[in-house]
Amino acid sequence: MNFEKDVAIKVNINGIEIRSTVAAAESLLEFLRKHSETVDVKCGCSQGDCGTCTVVFEGQTVKSCLVLAAQANTKEIWTLKGLEKDPLMQKLQESFVRHGAVQCGFCTPGMLVAARGFLENNPNPDRAGIRDALSGNLCRCTGYQKIVDAVWTVASEKASERV
Amino acid sequence: MDTNVVGKGLPKFDAWPKAKGKIIYADDFSMPGMLYAKVLRSQHPAANILAVDTSQAKALPGVFAVLTAEDVLNNNLRAKFGQSTDVGAQFEGLYRVLAEKKIRFFGEAIALVAATSEKLAEEAIGLIEVTYEPLPGVFDPIEALQPGAYCVGESDNNVISRFKIRKGDVAEAFKTADIVIENTFRVPFSDHAYLEPESGVAWIDENEVITIRASTQVIEHFRTVAEVLGVPHNQVRVIGTWVGGGFGGKEDITVETFLALLTWKTRRPVKLTFTREESLLAHGKRHSFIIKHKLGATKDGLLVAAETELVADAGAYIYLSPWVLLYSTVNAVGPYNIPNVKVDTVAVLTNNPFGSAFRGFGAIQPNFAYESQIDELGRTLGIDPLTIRQKNCLHQGDALATGVTYDRYVALSDAAEKAWQALGPKRSSNSKNVKIGHGLAIGMMSYGRLTFLHDTSRSYVKIELDGSVLVRCGIPDLGAGQAQALCQIVGEELGVPQEKIKIYISDTALTPLAGTSTATRQLYMSGNATLKAAAAVRERLLTKAAMMLNTDKANLKLLNEKIVDVTNQDTSLSLKAVVGQCSTDGDELYSEAQFNAPFTDVPISEQITGQIFADFTFGAYAVAVAVDVETGAVTLERIIACFDIGKAINILNVEGQLEGGGLMSVGYALSENLIVEQGYLKSRSYREYLLPTAADVPDIETILIESGSGIGPYGAKGVGEPSGNAIAPAITNAICDAVGARVTTLPATPERVFFTMFPRS
Repeated sequence: MNFEKDVAIKVNINGIEIRSTVAAAESLLEFLRKHSETVDVKCGCSQGDCGTCTVVFEGQTVKSCLVLAAQANTKEIWTLKGLEKDPLMQKLQESFVRHGAVQCGFCTPGMLVAARGFLENNPNPDRAGIRDALSGNLCRCTGYQKIVDAVWTVASEKASERV
Repeated sequence: MDTNVVGKGLPKFDAWPKAKGKIIYADDFSMPGMLYAKVLRSQHPAANILAVDTSQAKALPGVFAVLTAEDVLNNNLRAKFGQSTDVGAQFEGLYRVLAEKKIRFFGEAIALVAATSEKLAEEAIGLIEVTYEPLPGVFDPIEALQPGAYCVGESDNNVISRFKIRKGDVAEAFKTADIVIENTFRVPFSDHAYLEPESGVAWIDENEVITIRASTQVIEHFRTVAEVLGVPHNQVRVIGTWVGGGFGGKEDITVETFLALLTWKTRRPVKLTFTREESLLAHGKRHSFIIKHKLGATKDGLLVAAETELVADAGAYIYLSPWVLLYSTVNAVGPYNIPNVKVDTVAVLTNNPFGSAFRGFGAIQPNFAYESQIDELGRTLGIDPLTIRQKNCLHQGDALATGVTYDRYVALSDAAEKAWQALGPKRSSNSKNVKIGHGLAIGMMSYGRLTFLHDTSRSYVKIELDGSVLVRCGIPDLGAGQAQALCQIVGEELGVPQEKIKIYISDTALTPLAGTSTATRQLYMSGNATLKAAAAVRERLLTKAAMMLNTDKANLKLLNEKIVDVTNQDTSLSLKAVVGQCSTDGDELYSEAQFNAPFTDVPISEQITGQIFADFTFGAYAVAVAVDVETGAVTLERIIACFDIGKAINILNVEGQLEGGGLMSVGYALSENLIVEQGYLKSRSYREYLLPTAADVPDIETILIESGSGIGPYGAKGVGEPSGNAIAPAITNAICDAVGARVTTLPATPERVFFTMFPRS
């Protein structure tokens, strides 16, 4: 790939199609923050270590700093803001707020997106499973405990709904 | 006392917007015509700058400014680092904006660029040519103390400060001791590693005011920024954003001065956000310490003497090192009642990253040493960890090493007992390679600043005509619920529901200055100021209501937007009616109140005595570990925290501090190691600097003691920093309990634990 060259892309972000020209080396994270004003996606390290930039990419939970914007051509991306009408996300948000899982809030958007992706595929996790699933998302404030409590509560409620 | 709102675990009002991704953090903000800034940083830890050639960078189209030290009007300030009180030269230091002549550390800022895009700014940085003459430097604090050592700065030696405590006669006391325990401890540099890197946007407003919207714990730095630029203080305004984590790392100036210089030069808005690597390079660290500690006791385990020497590696610039060292001095022998004490501390310059504020602020390093020592004493004498502490720890009415008598409740004995008992009996291991251990440690840490700083805070409370409430307070919110606590206090005093209270925070021009969100001081200081303001408004309301109801004011209570006569439940007025009457009569329902912390004189370095802090928070951690003897890997199985927090203002937020502060120090104990080799920082990402993840830790079980004995609002104590104290030694004590090997250097990585068990011959 020629990294000097610009690339024209057409990408669906939170249900809205955006056409843009991006530098070949630009990450999806940079694109989301600069061009589509989705600043709910945070940049904590841009190296794939912290998880603050977690988004849904074609149904998969990914760290957007590790995806090139050019790779998003013709793809569908959902960020926290775009998921505000999603019932599972709403439950998680409510649970995060109620449990005190939000302190400085900088890890929260990525953490919520990661938690939602996990619960979608693992409806009946134990606490250790939740801890493993969120281990790619760093939090420096909460000690993770209230985040785990919040996710665990939603998972338990989902489990009891199915009974 | 009975409270209606205070104490409740209400979700804080900023939690919803944060959970919806709606908070506009520093880097989320942009302005039309905004430029992007980048910083050129030194490639050497010690060097002379022979020349800086910026001509190519300046010639690049789209570059609007390239600044070096010679472009800065006042590049070298004798700074008080956010203090407004003059407490003498020993607590001041050089604040140098951009490196000039002599480079002191790897990553020191040399030049600034502002350009139309980040990429272009980066390109311009690459075009600046710096000619260095590398110098030998000094990287070991002990070496830096020797006569003839390389001088880091411009003075002829590297000593920043020395403090002493002398109590009784330690030499004589050690002769009478049945047992003497002596060890040397080392703790590393560590990084705050908040998820939000340093960031801000600055612009010049229509009134020529340099306005800086930045992520900071200290908006009061506007004065220093003004002095650098040579403009009046009132021509610089700092608007603090919701901070994406601080922990002391955003206590010093980060981006503010750079932004002010660039926007002043270009007259365009400028944004500067550090990369993660730059964040690790640029801001102050928790000081690395070498601590020699000698403890003498009778065979019954009663302490007779403690002698300790602390050497703090302050790195390349002074910053808050004198303050940190004074905290270390007062905390050097811990919350123990010891008749003979000798403490010598020194902070020394090296060409390492500079040390400054970090949660625990000089109290956390000696805590590792003295809690390891008392544990070793108990272990040697066959006295259990709880008993050895209860025998010797501070009780109400005992004197601290500084001579001052502590006359309020001291929770140490109770907290240690509750935490230790909650741990229960040791489980047996199901593998011969895995050993189980239990560990205990206690700690004390101040909340509120050093009392000779004459600390103050101001807050403004107003009831609007419709009965809704407005609060203004210059309090930066770091995510710990600083603003929420004030809202709960106001709700309690005025009987108004939380949804009817709006608070405006962290703006040097528009909110009354409340001081820094540091030193675990905001609940104590701004909590008291807000309580005072709200109480004044309440008094005016009740006076008016008493007149309207023709009753005694003492019978009236404000509850659920009503003024109720407690002697006659049928008699009440709506809050709105009383507010309306006040308005009609021209009585304004607002108050701006100031809270003053107790004041004392500046102590003498040669003999630190008297009241240095207004109060302390006491607590204990008990932990259970499993140690794999084949690999040295330590698994935390249980963590129990027990703290006297005085009174919980918001129970959720208190637990959040204990859980978060506890976990942060789990990293300090086991994994976080900022590696600096010959001045070169090697840990430049989250891959080298290892924070605990959700999968690495168990739940932290918190036990709260609410003694009501604090000097904060409603008897509250501060808990933000104390919460991280005592867990690191509790872990290493548990490792020792499991495998019989004492780790004296942090972090206790698997290889360190392994080689402590099986020393290399």
